Formats: sequence, structure tokens, C-alpha cells
Amino acid sequence: MKASERLGPKTRVFTVVVVLSNALGNFALASGMRNRTTASALDYLAAIFSPWVSLGILLLILWLLARMALLSWADLSYVLPVTSLGYVANALIGRWFLNEQITPSRWAGTLLIVAGTVLVGMGTPRSDRL
Amino acid sequence: MKTWFLLAAMVFSTVLGDLLQSVEMKRHGEIKEFDPRRLGRVLAALARKKFLILAVALMAVSFFAFMTLLETADLSFAVPASAATLVFETILAKVVLKEEVDSRRWAGACLVAFGVVLLAR
Repeated sequence: MKASERLGPKTRVFTVVVVLSNALGNFALASGMRNRTTASALDYLAAIFSPWVSLGILLLILWLLARMALLSWADLSYVLPVTSLGYVANALIGRWFLNEQITPSRWAGTLLIVAGTVLVGMGTPRSDRL
Repeated sequence: MKTWFLLAAMVFSTVLGDLLQSVEMKRHGEIKEFDPRRLGRVLAALARKKFLILAVALMAVSFFAFMTLLETADLSFAVPASAATLVFETILAKVVLKEEVDSRRWAGACLVAFGVVLLAR
């Protein structure tokens, strides 16, 4: 795949959908699960069918399908680094909407993980060379 | 304590699931059939592979561990911590799947490992 094709409108749209559905899905799941105690299978069923958790699961299904679709034409060496920005989105959501305290070492850890994922993605062979 | 147990369960099941999935899909061979009518037959053949069934079950285990982890742990901890899978998968890709892992990927896996250690503090 050529670089010019890589950032076509379809690729851009799917990239945004992949990042947003993952971040929002995690947020919905976290909102629904917070302070819950699941001890039995019945508790899990109740959780799964609660509004927030089911919204989270639907968004994560959308994420999985959109990511699979994106990977069918875009290189993993593009998808992995660009979607690793999701870790940053995730941290901001935790801080702004879930009132989580993000210590400097947690920020540093998150950014190191983003950097590591980018490096791993850059080392991925281009699919047209396989 | 419960947090670490759930995180370990999530990471372990994801890593093992991905490994089994990769082994079984390679054994199946490259999928070249994307005609929707015949894709059903491909899926039916895949649904009978033991490793693949196990891999899907492990994905479910991983998801339920993640859900349970979110009862008590911060989202800003749980999600990046799950990146630990990348470190183990890189090692297993080299050792078990005999894939070639270049120095850039090793460096990336090391950065992720350091990042997870920082999260744990």
C-alpha cells in the first residue's frame, strides 16, 4: 500500500471510529462496573444487561469490527501506532469523567507504553513485502 | 491483591488466547476466500478447530477479568496495564512461534515493560 492511499478518507474515518469506540466503550464499561460486586454468574448477567455495561459491550464490539475492517487494508505498522493514542484518550477520560487521579508516574508509564507500541508497530513488516 | 490477580488472569488469558489463535490460523493456512457465500464454509471449518475454540473461550475469560477489574481499579490503570500482553507475546512469538523479532520490536517491548512497572507504583 502506498503512503498516499494510506490516509484516504475511508482510512481516516475508520481510524477515528477505532480510537473513539475503544475509548468510549471502556468508559461506559468502567462507569457500569464501578462499585459493583460480582460474586456469581447471576451478578455478571445483571451487570451485562445494565445500560452502561451493555452500551460498553456494544461499543467494544463496534471497535473489534472496525479494527478488523481497518486491518484488512491498512498496515499494522500504521494501525498499531495510531490507535495507541487510545491510551492517552483513555487516561484523559479517566481523569475528566471518572475523577481518577493520574499521578506523574502513571502518566509516565502510559506515555512509555504508547512509545513502546509505536516502536513495535514500526518494526512490523509491510504487508506488501510479505 | 485482587487487582493483581485479575490483571494477571486477564494478561495470561489474552496471551495464551492470541498464541493459540496464531498457531491454529497458521496451521489452517492463509484465508483467500472472501466470497460471502463460501466464507460460511471457511467459518464452519474454523469452528471445529480445538485451539481456536479454546482461544475464543480465553478471550471471554480475559473480558470478564477486565470487567471485574473495573469494579475496583481505575480505568487509567487497567487499560495501559493490559499492554503487558505485548511484552509476553513478543517473547512467545520468538520462542514458541519462531518468528523473527528485530531489535526495534525488542526495544518497543522493553519500553512497554518499563511503562507497566511505572503504572504499578
